[in-house]
Amino acid sequence: MGLIDNLLLGFETALTWQNLGYAFLGCMIGTFIGLLPGLGPLSTVAMLLPVTYSLPPAGALILLASIYYGAQYGGSTTAILLKLPGESSSAVTMIDGYEMAKRGRAGVALAAAAIGSFIAGSFGVLLLATVAEPLTQVAFLFGPAEYFSLMVLGLVGSIALSSDDIDKSLGLMVLGLLLSLVGTDINSGEYRFTGGFADLTDGIELTALAMGVFGVAEIAVNLEQYNRDKQSNRVVAKITQLLPGKADFKRMMPSILRGTAIGSLLGALPGAGVTMASFAGYAVEKKMSRYKQELGHGAVEGVAGPESANNAAAQTNFISLLTLGIPGSAIMALLLGAMIIQNIQPGPQVISKHPDVFWGLIVSMWIGNLMLVVLNLPLIGLWVSMLKVPYRILFPVILVFCSVGAYTARASVFDIYLLGIFGIMGYVLIKLKVSPVPLLMGMVLGPMLESSFRRALMVSQGDLSIIYTRPLSLSLLVAAGVLIVVSALPSIVRKRERVFSEA
Amino acid sequence: MAQSIRIKHQPNFVLGGLYALAGAGFAVTSLNYDMGDLSYMGPGYFPFLLGILLAALGSLIMIRSLGFSQEVVRLSGWNLRSISWMVGSVMIFGLALEPLGLVIALVLLVVLASLASHEFTWRTTLTNALVMVVLNVGGFVYGLSIPFPVFPEILSTFLQ
Repeated sequence: MGLIDNLLLGFETALTWQNLGYAFLGCMIGTFIGLLPGLGPLSTVAMLLPVTYSLPPAGALILLASIYYGAQYGGSTTAILLKLPGESSSAVTMIDGYEMAKRGRAGVALAAAAIGSFIAGSFGVLLLATVAEPLTQVAFLFGPAEYFSLMVLGLVGSIALSSDDIDKSLGLMVLGLLLSLVGTDINSGEYRFTGGFADLTDGIELTALAMGVFGVAEIAVNLEQYNRDKQSNRVVAKITQLLPGKADFKRMMPSILRGTAIGSLLGALPGAGVTMASFAGYAVEKKMSRYKQELGHGAVEGVAGPESANNAAAQTNFISLLTLGIPGSAIMALLLGAMIIQNIQPGPQVISKHPDVFWGLIVSMWIGNLMLVVLNLPLIGLWVSMLKVPYRILFPVILVFCSVGAYTARASVFDIYLLGIFGIMGYVLIKLKVSPVPLLMGMVLGPMLESSFRRALMVSQGDLSIIYTRPLSLSLLVAAGVLIVVSALPSIVRKRERVFSEA
Repeated sequence: MAQSIRIKHQPNFVLGGLYALAGAGFAVTSLNYDMGDLSYMGPGYFPFLLGILLAALGSLIMIRSLGFSQEVVRLSGWNLRSISWMVGSVMIFGLALEPLGLVIALVLLVVLASLASHEFTWRTTLTNALVMVVLNVGGFVYGLSIPFPVFPEILSTFLQ
């Protein structure tokens, strides 16, 4: 089947009323939570994961995916109008976006962000559609040893580019791996680390962990800030002219293209993700733009570049999940969880066994990007009014959805207690200044990592060299090693700190 | 000032300690399970390796956090009020859900959580709780048919 046939199949799936509805709903939710500082796509996807149990597979994935890229659109609105990062990926957009807003050019900044995101998103989806099938062919050459090494690469990649010390995030990832092993061992049927709790024999519920660490803990931290500031009225910049003029278009197009290129590339790398992409997008503008001296003083390039980059990355992020079954970021890890719930075994066989789900999801991502432009530009007034929902109303609502969501996953009160316990754990981690993301990555990949390790060594009859003598497996491990070494180099560490402190 | 080894980075020292404890705990517990050998690993093998790795990383972080007295990074900003209210209200929701049902448990959750805000008012909180009850009972119980106990247990036995 050619790409055209595949895309036609995708349109067939994506254009059903139900799936259009899920994409629309996801884009609305995504934009909304993107707007709100302190509520991100990660906690939202975690909250809605249990709800998708009862949806058909394509619908569930379309809904969750659209929340993710929708949040990239919403985040820029808050950054431009309020100078608050609605999402961490729009933190650099604040710099020039808010300067533009102060000069009465908020509308142009919003339009640049939306148009840039749309172009970048469309390109990202197209790239995903073209490389997916060839990549799955490569994946069929994979044995258990290669899978093991690939997962190691994915895990290492997810921590190498974070701003934390490598040993701290590595430790958290190992803890995540260990927590994922709690429950029944598939090979022997023996219960591990259950401490006698019958509720733990099925393992720790992923959604309870994710919502505890990213929902409950973050609410507590945000609430401290909010109670300390004692300030609830936010000043929203006024929007006057929405459509950019010819001159603006001419200036933003090169930035959009540069942002798209760098974002697509970074999104496809395991571990890099959207935040890294927007920072890189801004850095590229600073180096390459003809107007680089204006950056920081309200240049449209400073909005178009990073916003295009983060949205391109949001699409190409799906590549390794959909073709290899390896999530490159924490959100992708949750989507992997959603696939498992839907009885879709993640990996290269998804494309051949569930072509409708696969191509439907890809096409719906493009349709979703189109919806988002429509939702974000003409309806901007609606979103601005939503920015005025006070936190004192919002946070109990988030807490309710976390608690109800924890129960819904398995109809188990035990999972509500787990939610609380992981809330405490997440709070301690945030206070000790470690990002909890590697914990989630470890939690999701743990069972697959263990079983591929066991199978590889069963094949080789206990000879460990199987992992580092097969060329494909070795090159993956070498790549992981290079990432660790590079990220531990002092000069890189300093640079990275500078990039993140510029936010 | 006398040069003496001291904890330079308190957050890292605590974190390393927690890792080391957790790693050791997992490694020791793994010994209770069958280890097998490399060609046929038992349930204890892989977690034992990971536990050792975590304990080693934790010790490394603890050692790195020590040093000759220079600038000291202290543990700071701990304000147990918010986290206790949040986790407390989640736990009470869990305790209340089965005996008292979803409606009462949700009201308890919203009211208790809202009390942690400096802008608490009964009016907004109760409206918020009411909206949550309607949304959740409508969406989860009737919409998605999730088997939630909706009303108190006593009431339902009384009604039968």
